[in-house]
Amino acid sequence: MKSSGNRDKQKETLVKVLHYMKPYGFFLGLTILMAVISVAFTLYLPILTGDAVDMLSGIGEPEFWPGLFAILKKMAVVIALTAISQWIMSICNNKIVYSIIQDIRKKAFRKLERLPLKYLDAHSHGDIVSRVVADVDQFADGLLIGFTQLFTGVITILGTLGFMLSVNIGITVVVVVITPVSLLVAAFIAKKTFSMFQLQSSTRGEQTALINEMVGNQKVVQAFNREDETLDRFDEINGRLEKCSLRAIFFSSLTNPCTRFVNSLVYMGVGLTGAFSVIRGGLSVGQLTCFLSYANQYTKPFNEISGVITELQNALACAARIFELIEEEAQVPEPENAAKLQDVAGKVDINNVAFSYVPDKKLIEGLNLHVNPGQRIAIVGPTGCGKTTIINLLMRFYDVDQGSICVEGKDIRQITRKSLRTSYGMVLQDTWLKRGTIRDNIIVGKPDATEEELIAAAKASHAHSFIRRLPNGYDTVIGEDGGSLSQGQKQLLCITRVMLSLPPMLILDEATSSIDTRTEIRIQKAFATMMEGRTSFIVAHRLSTIQNADVILVMKDGHIIEQGSHGELLAQKGFYAELYNSQFAVS
Amino acid sequence: MKKLLVYLKDYKKESILGPLFKLLEASFELIVPLVVASMIDVGIANNDKGYVGKMCLIMAVLGFTGLISAVTAQYFAAKAAVGFATKLRHGLFAHIESLSFTNMDKQGTSTLITRMTSDINQVQSGVNLVLRLFLRSPFIVFGAMVMAFTVDVKAALIFVVVIPLLSVVVFGVMLASIPLFDKVQKNLDKVLGTTRENLTGVRVIRAFGKEENEVEKFDGQTDSLRKIQMTAARISALMNPFTYIIINGGLIMLIYTGALRVELGILTQGQVVALVNYMSQILVELVKLANLIITVTKAVACGNRVQSVFEIPAGMEGKTGNPARQTEQGRVDFEGVSMKYHEGGEEALTDITFHAQKGDTIGVIGGTGSGKTSLVHLIPRFYDVETGCVRVDGVDVRDYDLVSLRDKIGIVMQKAVLFQGTIRENLLWGNESASDEELWQALRISQAEEFVLQKEGGLDARIEQEGRNLSGGQKQRLSIARALVKKPEILILDDSASALDYATDAKLRKAIKEMPGETTVFIVSQRASSLMHADLIIVLDDGCVAAMGKHEQLLESCQVYQEIYYSQFENHSQSGNDLQSLNRH
Repeated sequence: MKSSGNRDKQKETLVKVLHYMKPYGFFLGLTILMAVISVAFTLYLPILTGDAVDMLSGIGEPEFWPGLFAILKKMAVVIALTAISQWIMSICNNKIVYSIIQDIRKKAFRKLERLPLKYLDAHSHGDIVSRVVADVDQFADGLLIGFTQLFTGVITILGTLGFMLSVNIGITVVVVVITPVSLLVAAFIAKKTFSMFQLQSSTRGEQTALINEMVGNQKVVQAFNREDETLDRFDEINGRLEKCSLRAIFFSSLTNPCTRFVNSLVYMGVGLTGAFSVIRGGLSVGQLTCFLSYANQYTKPFNEISGVITELQNALACAARIFELIEEEAQVPEPENAAKLQDVAGKVDINNVAFSYVPDKKLIEGLNLHVNPGQRIAIVGPTGCGKTTIINLLMRFYDVDQGSICVEGKDIRQITRKSLRTSYGMVLQDTWLKRGTIRDNIIVGKPDATEEELIAAAKASHAHSFIRRLPNGYDTVIGEDGGSLSQGQKQLLCITRVMLSLPPMLILDEATSSIDTRTEIRIQKAFATMMEGRTSFIVAHRLSTIQNADVILVMKDGHIIEQGSHGELLAQKGFYAELYNSQFAVS
Repeated sequence: MKKLLVYLKDYKKESILGPLFKLLEASFELIVPLVVASMIDVGIANNDKGYVGKMCLIMAVLGFTGLISAVTAQYFAAKAAVGFATKLRHGLFAHIESLSFTNMDKQGTSTLITRMTSDINQVQSGVNLVLRLFLRSPFIVFGAMVMAFTVDVKAALIFVVVIPLLSVVVFGVMLASIPLFDKVQKNLDKVLGTTRENLTGVRVIRAFGKEENEVEKFDGQTDSLRKIQMTAARISALMNPFTYIIINGGLIMLIYTGALRVELGILTQGQVVALVNYMSQILVELVKLANLIITVTKAVACGNRVQSVFEIPAGMEGKTGNPARQTEQGRVDFEGVSMKYHEGGEEALTDITFHAQKGDTIGVIGGTGSGKTSLVHLIPRFYDVETGCVRVDGVDVRDYDLVSLRDKIGIVMQKAVLFQGTIRENLLWGNESASDEELWQALRISQAEEFVLQKEGGLDARIEQEGRNLSGGQKQRLSIARALVKKPEILILDDSASALDYATDAKLRKAIKEMPGETTVFIVSQRASSLMHADLIIVLDDGCVAAMGKHEQLLESCQVYQEIYYSQFENHSQSGNDLQSLNRH
């Protein structure tokens, strides 16, 4: 049951791989042609050698030397042609394999860009990375070996059979009868090893996930002296990996010696029957030499093919994991006539929205909100009440379960994601910077910004002074995730990014939480100027930063429980008033 | 690469026995042509069927013993290679864990991940193949030559010419492609980096509608990866044709010389057949070798990359053994401390001096980038001071071993990080042997009790990788609880309540104040309200101490502090104070 399932999966994966080969049909044809040529010549060579050896018995005759030279000359030509076709073949193979894996990586990455956040939030990043990088690599290795050896192998077998038949039928039968035994042995081993390779691949994914998590957060690990425990966890996976790798490698490597043993039996069989034929006078010594060398040539590809099969098993196991990612359901596609959001004034309507991350755990229900252009909406509430979720919905990182969100009266599912998202300038608490220079990081939203605009934006966000003091100013390269910049500095850069692109609407989710309040006040002023006429959504804990909002939404457990201006809400003496007063509370 | 071989030392037996058995198998293979030659020269020449049969039996026996030795060899080789890779991975992971913060900032995570995974996998394949075949191939090649000498010295001289030529080609191709494979791996690093970046930054990238640009960037990177792979492949592709030409050229020479020798009556026909067989054995072996060379070359390039990580010094060496007497528990002193992040860069902190007594609460406040985090990171010795010294319990932090120093300190970082596992597993990071009661107590203090109770499974509720299924505030409170479970002498809260609302923040501070035992607490915060009741407030400005003292003093005398304070209580400087005094009762 299980093995037939495996086989189906293998077959499926194989069909997909073949599909990827399609565009390289020309090179595929060329490589097969070259394989035929090189194999034909490789097989022809032993015949020539055999002829030459046979001539030795006629030594001393007058035509001996000219005849021998003629054969040797022929051999030289054959050798040269073989070498050239081998070379072309291997160039073609490399071209095909490296192009295919590039295509697969590209496809996987494009899928990554279109996967819903729901998927990305729920899956281990390390494992995804391992699929795109390590699995594709392994796949390439297997495919390359497959290409170089499978074709030549199959053609060699067919070719040798033909040649042998033309020389002597009896001995050929001996060879043909014994050899398939080696294929049976190989197939048996291959079947056993596929699941071992699969286990190895998934264990590697698990290990990469752990490495990603622990090395990425090394500082916390060190702060808690958890190096040893982490190492223990690592070792546990490492130990399992050792076991399954050892089994996969050992069992797959049995193929070669086993088939070689079968081959030596073939060789022996040929020797025995051949020698008897020679004694009976049905065969010349030269022909026997030639036959023995064929027996070697004929069985060798069986050997290689069986080796290739295990390699391919491994490659297919890896390919299956990549295809799994590529075939993951992408986010809901945009409707064909999706409009681009243009001339955004900032009217946003949330109509009776319901949403939850987990189907049976309701988070937001019956949410209604109507925002007029230019309004400032502040969202407050205790942690975990769903503030960030609203932002996920506004940006359409997640789709609503019920109801609708409209911008300028258009349902956001009817407009392109890009035009929706670029209409918002978003600054999140979780800062994210990419590898590259400070400049690269700032001009993300406006790649054609001039130097003046760039500096003006940095001044507005009060990032200019610290950037100027960095070793290379705006051209300072920062490492992954900001390197040694402080959390506040990173936030300043994120704000600068938005200040530069000046989108028609703003989303600020704890945008200034790590920035000191003096700077914050100055940034607030810049924000205020910016927000003039722009609809903005602000999530903040520092209530001082939201007092000027037109509408303050007070959320609790996914519902809006209070709504109004600062003054109105204070007068209600409800939850907001309690929250507000608590910031002056002192233990 | 060479230095990595120490990880093979536990597999000495396997790494010697593997190749030995392989050699055994190879020598059986070398005998076969001799057997065939005598079959032709003795058996066929004398029409002796019995002799032919005997020779065939010998061949079968040779084949079977060959099989046994080959299987044994494969097992030892696989065991040594996998064991080596396991040990190497362990060693590398342990080494990466010991890297100092400075080195981690410099290296970046992506490249370390490729080295831990893809690079080591390549090295493993390399070692496996070397053990299996690298001894075997030269052995067969030279063995064939030696056997040829036993047949006829003059004809064997052709082997003496062919073999060095072959070595030149094989090693030439290897040497030329090692740097190329190194480049391949570097390009792979970039591909991995971009993939990772697109996962961590998915929200920002999508918010700016930059998917297309990222795709372009990725395409560019895979493109240069493919190009360099092709270049490397083109060079390796030369090996097969060249070796083919050399060997078969040798074959032609061999037949020619053989003919001359037969004419002179020195050689028999069967002996020429044997010589030809030896030459073709070399060919078979080299075809195998050619495929291996690529793997081995890759392995060497990857091994060098792994080694370069080992060559990064661990950074900080703690002293071993217990440090000199610790005068007073929970005491922290800074004496004229300055620090830099980069060699030759600007000072992040300049001349900081202060003293904290056991049970004190120290507030650290200041502008963005003023050095608050840098200051508290010196206490657990995440970084080293440039000048001056930091003392914990009266002993210079450089005189502790790092584990016992960091055991005294509970730190909650700015960026709350949790790990995959249950809530309980995460909390136990603080103290492996903490009881459930102690965990709940920590959760109560960190104001996390309520939401943990609401979680399905309570302490056993699952946390996803990096705590993605929790809100920012929940993560912060759990990471505070994790530090509290440790019951540290010194607790450092590095702006770790920024995602908490004021009410929760206030309750948290109150609970920490009321904790049993006298814990020295450092609070780094942007909020004056969070630390205005500290015993000592350090106001930092651009890496220097602008002022130090209590809230009231600072409010009177320190301009920076006044600005910070009034920026938060601007409209309420009066009512705010009123509220305070109201709440104080």
